[in-house]
Amino acid sequence: MSDLTEASAAELIDHVEAGTVAPEEIWDVYRGAAAADDLNAFLWVAEGDVPAFSRDAPLAGVPLAVKDLFCTEGVPSAAASRILADYRPPYTATVVERLVAAGAPMLGKTNMDEFAMGSSNENSGFGAVLNPWDRGRVPGGSSGGSAAAVAAGSAPWAIGTDTGGSIRQPAALCGIVGLKPTYGSVSRYGMIAFASSLDQAGPLTRDVTDAALLLRHMVGRDKCDSTSTGHPSEIELPSAERLDGVRFGVPPELTGDGLEPGVRAVYEQALKRIEELGGAVQEVALPHSGHAIAAYYVIAPAEASANLARFDGVRYGHRTAESDTLLSLYEQTREEGFGPEVKRRIMLGTYALSSGYYDAYYGSAQRVRTKIADDFRSAFESVDLIVTPTSPTVAFGLGERTDDPLAMYLSDVLTVPMSLAGIPAISIPGGLSEGLPVGIQLAGPAFSENRILDAAYALELATAFDGSRARA
Amino acid sequence: MPDVTYEPVIGLEIHVQLKTRTKMFCGCALSFGEDPNTRTCPVCLGLPGTLPVVNAEAIHYGLMIGTALGCELAPRSIFHRKNYFYPDLPKGYQVSQYDIPLARDGRLGDVRVHRVHLEEDAAKLVHVGASGRIHSAEASDVDFNRGGTPLVEIVSEPDIRSAPDAAGWLRLLRVTLRQLGVSDVNMEEGSLRCDANVSLRPRGEATLGVKTELKNMNSFRFIERGVEAEIARQEAILRDGGRIEQETLHYDVRSGAISSLRSKEEAHDYRYFPEPDLVPIAPTAQMIERARAAIPELPADRAERLRRDLGVSADQAKLLAFRPEVGDFYEQAVATGGEGVDARAIANWTCNELMAALGDGEELADTKVTPEALAELVGMVVAKDVAHSAAKEVLATLVAEGGEPAAIVTAAGLGRTDDGELAAIVDRAMAEQADAVEKVRAGNEKAIGAIVGAIMRETKGRADGGEVQRLIRERL
Repeated sequence: MSDLTEASAAELIDHVEAGTVAPEEIWDVYRGAAAADDLNAFLWVAEGDVPAFSRDAPLAGVPLAVKDLFCTEGVPSAAASRILADYRPPYTATVVERLVAAGAPMLGKTNMDEFAMGSSNENSGFGAVLNPWDRGRVPGGSSGGSAAAVAAGSAPWAIGTDTGGSIRQPAALCGIVGLKPTYGSVSRYGMIAFASSLDQAGPLTRDVTDAALLLRHMVGRDKCDSTSTGHPSEIELPSAERLDGVRFGVPPELTGDGLEPGVRAVYEQALKRIEELGGAVQEVALPHSGHAIAAYYVIAPAEASANLARFDGVRYGHRTAESDTLLSLYEQTREEGFGPEVKRRIMLGTYALSSGYYDAYYGSAQRVRTKIADDFRSAFESVDLIVTPTSPTVAFGLGERTDDPLAMYLSDVLTVPMSLAGIPAISIPGGLSEGLPVGIQLAGPAFSENRILDAAYALELATAFDGSRARA
Repeated sequence: MPDVTYEPVIGLEIHVQLKTRTKMFCGCALSFGEDPNTRTCPVCLGLPGTLPVVNAEAIHYGLMIGTALGCELAPRSIFHRKNYFYPDLPKGYQVSQYDIPLARDGRLGDVRVHRVHLEEDAAKLVHVGASGRIHSAEASDVDFNRGGTPLVEIVSEPDIRSAPDAAGWLRLLRVTLRQLGVSDVNMEEGSLRCDANVSLRPRGEATLGVKTELKNMNSFRFIERGVEAEIARQEAILRDGGRIEQETLHYDVRSGAISSLRSKEEAHDYRYFPEPDLVPIAPTAQMIERARAAIPELPADRAERLRRDLGVSADQAKLLAFRPEVGDFYEQAVATGGEGVDARAIANWTCNELMAALGDGEELADTKVTPEALAELVGMVVAKDVAHSAAKEVLATLVAEGGEPAAIVTAAGLGRTDDGELAAIVDRAMAEQADAVEKVRAGNEKAIGAIVGAIMRETKGRADGGEVQRLIRERL
C-alpha cells in the first residue's frame, strides 16, 4: 500500500488478512505518526515494537488510541488532570482489555478535557488540543485528543467516552464518526468516572464501518459493572445503500433557533439526501428537550462531586506539600490538583445535593430527565430515527468560549438529551461550512445501534465526505 | 416542678459486621487480623475507575436478619452515597442504604425494629504515638483490610425505658444474630457496635424530648453505664430548668465522663443521593424463601419451647436459649437420657452445677464432659445411686478429664454407702459427738451440723445428706 494512513481500519484489517501489509508495518507507521503528533492529541505514546497479539484476532493488530480517561495497567492514566499526573493504575479497563484481546494493541493515551468536563479540550491539565482542520480552533471535547488523532491520521481509530456529547461533538468538529452506545451496553469498569449514570464508552473512527467494527468488540456484559447489560444483538457491519421506508424525525425544539447558518445549510442538505435515498422526513416533538441542558448541569455535576471526592491526596496522585492539618491536606491538594472547570462543577454538584436544596435541584432534574426519556419513547413510536446536527456551530476558536462557561455548555445542547435518555446516537460528517466539518447526528431507541449504523452508512455513502485535508 | 419524674426514652442503632466470605462490593476475603493492607483490591481501595458489585451473600444474610426480626422486606431497595471526607473512607463516600432500606417495621421481644439496612464498613485508622488517639499522634496510618466489610445496621424504635433494658435487649439481639450465624457479634472486636439515642420526658407525656446520641460503646457494661450516666446528666439539666442540646456524645469508660463530639450545627450534611453505580435490590420469591429456610429456631422461641415442653423454669430456659451451645448440650443430654428422663433435673444440673464447674472464661466446648455423661450422672442422682455431693465430684472429673460416670464412681469409691454401713457410721459418730447430741436434744438444732459433718467426712461425701439426717433423728 502506498499510504497506510489513508486507509480505514477495516481496509487495514483486509490487507493484513490478505497478507499485503504486515501488522508490524502498520504499527510502525502509526507509532511514528503518533510520536510526531503536533496537535497535543497524545499524552502518552507506546514505545517499541507492536505488542504481542493473537494472529487470528479479528482486529488484526490495527492499533488503537485510548482516551486518557481509561485506566491502563502500568501506563499513565490521569483523565488529563494534574491531580493524577504520573498515576499508573494497577489494572486495565474492561473495554480496553476486550479491544486489546480482539487484536487492537494500544497505540497511546489521548488528551481530553480534565475528567471529561468540557466541550473544547481546553480544560485539559496538559494543554489544549488543536483542530487539524484549523489549528486556531478547538477539536471539541471532551474526547478531543481521540477525535483530533483519528482526523489527523495519527491513529487509525480511537475510543472515547460520552457523558453529554463528549464523543459526538468532537467527532463532528473534527469531521469523523463518533458513536455513543446505549447506556449499559459497554462496561464502565476502569473508566475514571465523571457522571456515572451518563458515562458511556464508544468508538471514534474514520468511517461508519470502522465504528461498527470497533463497537462489536466493545459491547458486552461485565460482572464488574452492575449497570452493564451487554447488547441484545451482535453489532453488524452496515450494508444499507438505501433508506427506503425509514422514518426520520426532525425535532423543532432542537433544530429551530440557535443553529449557525452554515450548520443549518449542511443539515438541510443531509435531510434532502435522506429523502433522495428513500427515507421519510417528518417533524417529531421532543417537548422537554429544551430543559435538557439545565437538568444535565445539575445531575452530572452532582454525581461528579461524589466521584471526584476520592482525589484527596491520601492514597495516590498529587498531594500538596503545604499542609499541616487533615483539612488543609484536602483543601490544598484539591486546590492545586484540579483545574477551574472541575472546581466549578464540584461546587455546582455539591450545592445541588445540599440539605434543603436536594429536591429543588437534583430532584427536579431527575424528573426532567424522566420526561425527556418519555419524550424519546413516544417519538420513536412514530419515527425510526431522529436526525439533528451534532453541534450548533462548527469548531470555534481557541479561547473563544473559555471565559463564558454558559456558552461552552450550550455546545452540547443537541447531544445532551440523548445522553439523559440513555439512548444511542452517532455523529457522521455531513459536509463543510466555511471549510470546517459539520456533523449530522442520528439517534435511535435503546439498543438500536444496528439500525443507526445502517442508516449512517447509507448517508455516508451518499455524502462522500472527504476528510483528507485534515491529514495533509 | 419538684415532683416531676422523668421517663427515659431509648433507641439503639446497632452495626453488625456480616460473616460473609468476601467484602460487600468486591471479591476480597474478609480480614481477621492479617497484616495491614493485605486484603485489598482496586475496588475496596476506591481506585479511579472501579465500580462496586453487591455481595449476594450479604443480601441473603440481610434478608435472614430482616425475616428473623419480623420485618417487612422491601420489594425493591436501593443504595445511596453518603458523602464525607475522612482518610478511612477511600471513595469520599460510603455506600449505604438510606430512604428505602432492605427491611423495616419488625419486632424483637418488647422492642420494635425500625429498619434493617446494608452498607459497607470504613477502613481502620491506626494512630502512631503514645496516646493511640488522633490528637497528638505522630502519624496516622490507614489499614484498608476492614474497608468494605459488609455491615447491617439495625435501628430500634425508641421503645426502651431503662439502661438495664437497653443492655438486655442488645443481649437478646446479639444472641439472635449469633443463632442466625450471620456474624461473630463480638463487641470487643467491633463486629457488633452500638450507639444509643437517649431522651427524657416527664412521665405520662407522649411527646419525645430532645435526644442525644451516645457513640460506639463496646461492651454491655459500658452501654448500661453510659446510658445510665446520660440519663442522669439530662435529668440534672432538666431539673435545673435547662434545655437538652441535640448532639453526639462520647462516653469515657475510664472516667465515666460524657463529652460532646459534635453539636447539631456541626452535624455533617452527607448530601445523600442514589448510588448510580448499583442497581436496585429486588429479592425474588426464591431469595426470600431461601432466607426464611435458613433461619434456625431463635432464642425467644426456644426459651418458650423449653418451658412449655420440658417444664424448664423461666430463668433456666432463658439461659439455655441465650447460650445456644449450652442449650444444645442440654437438649442432647435430654435426648440421650431416654424414656423417663428427668428433663428438669438435667436442666438444674446443666444451669447450676455444670455452669459453676466451668473455670473463669471457660466455655463448654473447652471441657471434656459430654451430654451423654451428664445425662447418665443425673440419672444416677435421681435414682439415688449417688449422693448429690459425690455427684458434684464426679462432674468435676468429667469436666476436667471426661470419662464414664459409673466408672468414675466405682474407681473413686463414691457409690452411695449401703444402709447397714451408713447406720454403723451414724451410730459411731453420735457416740463420738455426745456433746452435740446433747445440745440437739436440748433444742439447739444447729448442733446437728457437727454430727452430719463428721459422717460426711467419714463417708467422703458418698452418703445422701437427707438420709443421714433421717438416721440421726431416728436415734435422738
